[in-house]
Amino acid sequence: MRPAAVVGTGQTHHAAKRLDVSMAGLCREAIDRAMADAGVDWPDIDAVVVGKAPDLFEGVMMPELFLADALGATGKPLLRVHTAGSVGGSTGNVAASLVQSGVHDRVLAVAFEKQSESNAMWALSVPTPFTMPVHAGAGGYFAPHVRAYIRRAGAPEHIGAMVAAKDRRNGSLNPYAHLKQPDITVESVRASTMLWDPIRYDETCPSSDGACAVVISAEPTSGQAAWIRATAMRTEPTTFAGRDQVNPQAGRDAARALWRQAGITDPLSEVDTAEIYVPFSWFEPMWLENLGFAETGQGWKLTEAGETEIGGRLPVNPSGGVLSSNPIGASGLLRFAEAAMQVMGTAGDHQVDGARVALGHAYGGGSQFFAMWVVGSEKP
Amino acid sequence: MTRPLSAPLDVGFDYTRSTGPTLGRFLTDLRHRRVTGIRGADGRVHVPPLEYDPVTAEPLSEFVGVASTGVVRGWSWIPDPLEGQPLDRPFAWALIQLDGADTALLHAVDAGSPDAITTGARVRARWRAARVGAITDIEYFELSDEPADPPTDASPDNDVTMVVTPVNLHYTHSASPTEDPFLRGLMEGRLIAQRCPACEKVYFPPRPACPTDGVPTTDQVELSDRGTVTTFCIVNVPFLGQRIPPPYVSAYVLLDGADIPFLHLLLGIAPEDVRMGMRVEAVWKPREEWGPTMQNIDHFRPSGEPDAPFDSYSRHL
Amino acid sequence: MREVAVVGFAQTPCVRETDGTTNGVEMLVPIFHEVLGGLGLTKSDIGFWCSGSSDYLAGRAFSFVSAVDAIGAFPPIAESHVEMDAAWALYEAWVKLLCGEADTALVYGFGKSSAGQLRRVLAMQLDPYVVTPLWPDSVGLAGIQARMGIEAGLWDERAMASVAARSRAAALSNPLAQLSGSPEVDELLADEYFVNPLRRHDCAPITDGAATIVLAAGDRARELCERPAWITGFEHRVDSPSLGGRDLTTSPSAVAAGKAAGAEDVEVAELHAPFTHQEILLRQALGLGDDVAVNPSGGVLAGNPMFSAGLARIGEAARRIHDGSASRVLGHATSGPLLQQNLVCVMEGRE
Repeated sequence: MRPAAVVGTGQTHHAAKRLDVSMAGLCREAIDRAMADAGVDWPDIDAVVVGKAPDLFEGVMMPELFLADALGATGKPLLRVHTAGSVGGSTGNVAASLVQSGVHDRVLAVAFEKQSESNAMWALSVPTPFTMPVHAGAGGYFAPHVRAYIRRAGAPEHIGAMVAAKDRRNGSLNPYAHLKQPDITVESVRASTMLWDPIRYDETCPSSDGACAVVISAEPTSGQAAWIRATAMRTEPTTFAGRDQVNPQAGRDAARALWRQAGITDPLSEVDTAEIYVPFSWFEPMWLENLGFAETGQGWKLTEAGETEIGGRLPVNPSGGVLSSNPIGASGLLRFAEAAMQVMGTAGDHQVDGARVALGHAYGGGSQFFAMWVVGSEKP
Repeated sequence: MTRPLSAPLDVGFDYTRSTGPTLGRFLTDLRHRRVTGIRGADGRVHVPPLEYDPVTAEPLSEFVGVASTGVVRGWSWIPDPLEGQPLDRPFAWALIQLDGADTALLHAVDAGSPDAITTGARVRARWRAARVGAITDIEYFELSDEPADPPTDASPDNDVTMVVTPVNLHYTHSASPTEDPFLRGLMEGRLIAQRCPACEKVYFPPRPACPTDGVPTTDQVELSDRGTVTTFCIVNVPFLGQRIPPPYVSAYVLLDGADIPFLHLLLGIAPEDVRMGMRVEAVWKPREEWGPTMQNIDHFRPSGEPDAPFDSYSRHL
Repeated sequence: MREVAVVGFAQTPCVRETDGTTNGVEMLVPIFHEVLGGLGLTKSDIGFWCSGSSDYLAGRAFSFVSAVDAIGAFPPIAESHVEMDAAWALYEAWVKLLCGEADTALVYGFGKSSAGQLRRVLAMQLDPYVVTPLWPDSVGLAGIQARMGIEAGLWDERAMASVAARSRAAALSNPLAQLSGSPEVDELLADEYFVNPLRRHDCAPITDGAATIVLAAGDRARELCERPAWITGFEHRVDSPSLGGRDLTTSPSAVAAGKAAGAEDVEVAELHAPFTHQEILLRQALGLGDDVAVNPSGGVLAGNPMFSAGLARIGEAARRIHDGSASRVLGHATSGPLLQQNLVCVMEGRE
């Protein structure tokens, strides 16, 4: 397998409703930035990989088909990945494999969601005959598992609020973030409405329109490169008898494979920063454990000690993460791109000093699909 | 064997699509009975206008007005129009090259009979009286050598930036053969689970295949309507389609004898008093309201038994 | 670069309507057992899984998620999914094997077209701003394309009917086919039009079904299969979505994919052509001469399970290598309106 690197990243200004653009315009805003960042032009791109969550969100069946011209894909290979919420991550991994395998030299990966075309709550809960209607709404699926985590780990109640306050403050350092709340505090989060007890309003992700693009190449195309040191994807069924929904085996397996491939034995000391898919604040400590940054039941202690803030041992989501911007299909690729930006030193105001190794992470479905990568500033 | 139960599934939504400047211009002009194309990198005039060039992928911006009359470049005949199509009587789909354009627009032609239309035939737009800024502002094209209705004066209306596109699709949803006894059981007030022949876990509701062994579940197991709350959340937020006013509890209930919990409502207790491990029992709707659905159980309520110990359900979290 | 081969293939019967759900599990369980059993493998021997399916075909979001139940995916598996025909899932798996990240991959596709009204569902693939609002149906669009080719002198209604007659006759030897028979061309031409210039026989039937392929790399392929179908060219391309802006009487993406994959000198070609004229168009685009046996299985005119039909074409072609009846074959898949996207997989047997 030959080395491949992210050589350019781009993203849109994320917002609840990007009413100024079409779907094509939204994608191109991210693509044009990524290609400019990489210093490449259309003839340099060999293939395009598109990621997006369910087609019912935009009401277009396989929208990459009608977008082919806008994606610069006409006349080229075009792949459309869909692995639920992890899809942005899978998109990055598939694009990476196209270069690592030697099939292509330079690949454009783009992921988007234009949630304002419809209503995700509607699209996800079209009443299917014979199936119990959802009594709980979007966060209602995950809230019981958060409760189970709190019970199992014995975590204090303010941890979720700490994560939310940190990520939103980080988001205020990111010019592209949907939510920018520099003045948010743990106290203000705890004072926000309890939506799905134990999840509060300020602890949930927004619904965003947005897109993200990366250029992956076998050789640097400009001065910068985030070398892909490892990729991993794992899946398990949504539910099964005896399933651990708090600390899913698929996530643990993916992380173990990832660290092994990257040659990392102690993730907490060897990884400089992590962009982790945290749509509800409590998932930060849950995934810190799942990923092996902390022992089971201990993840919240890293958060509580401030180690996941910019300046801590492992800054988590310096970009503001999913809690600050959530264009669903793009959210995973944003994590992957932000990790690359950190090791390329292009993260601007939310740059982690001296970041040389970074994790990008995404998950989807009922915490059953996992996609991750590790990028580094050194060529492997 | 009887076929599994099936029922209609309608997927309908009015999508709200922001158009961006290029399509917005096209739709705005349609409202004024004008058709606008765009010049591509190779000089061709594309109608409808393309946002990005199909050859160079560069954004396009040079708008070109074209006529609302043109020539049929290819067609097919629809004897039985489908839902949502421009005409409810037999019509032709046609690629129409408008005068001044280099590419063809897809639309319907009201030709009356397939014998009346030919490739090369002249057509003109039949404009809708009430135009909103949508491709359907052209009701259809008609065979004619004459000009179409002239453009209206540019109105002071705001430009079109949004188009609403209703999607209505109709499906038949079928239960799986393993789900079927479960659903028929519910109609009689019985809770029928299935056991996996490989791992012997009891699934309620049954699945088309055991998710860990990939084999269809076979043995039927009848369960009681009592169980344990493994975990839960208190719903405080109102949302579309909500049945009862918040706050209320959505709980995972592990029925006695089952190996997997399912989500249901937990009522009859103040939300703040609900606990993990709480013992609960089903409250059924009146028998005359029963159907093939878990909604026959209106909700669960505390049974009054002592809480189950954490170890008895901790592997179901 | 590693060598990768198709070593196993199984598919369900092509039927007008199955009893099962839209998540495919009932169709997938038996073909997984068939393909793995035939190779002496179990699920734990598979290094990578990849599938293709469509939420709009099923009428609900995340329809592919439940399909994973058919695998028995615990312990967890390395897995991915494309919202495309599973031929593109095969491509993703092939790339994964080339990377050396796995030695075996199982690829599957499934679809229950009978759940909805396919002609309308496919209108959802068109431009959502200025085309889908008119609800152009897939057969109506194909009719325009067929007429353009007829009027350009590239084919005629008799040639189209001949394709249908040959497909039905070939399908007589395919026990999984939905449509088969020995119709005379004149008989077919005596039928009235369905969507002028198309008659019923020009259109693939509505089909429920699923298919699966097992890939293996290098020595693993040789262990598993006496005569592996080695992939020597695997390419795909997409055309502009602008229906009125591209020449519908050919397919630049098929031409380019065929050329890059090495479509020349094949003995057998399984073409994914849902309409009779598209088989002729694809023969021309891929440069297949009269000596090439096209669609010996009957092709999709004998059964068109959406989202697995392209994968099944590659499987059917590979089978001619496995059974020793051919040494160089081609499988083709298409996606999107009017052959917008095309994939070509060329495979060889070795002595």
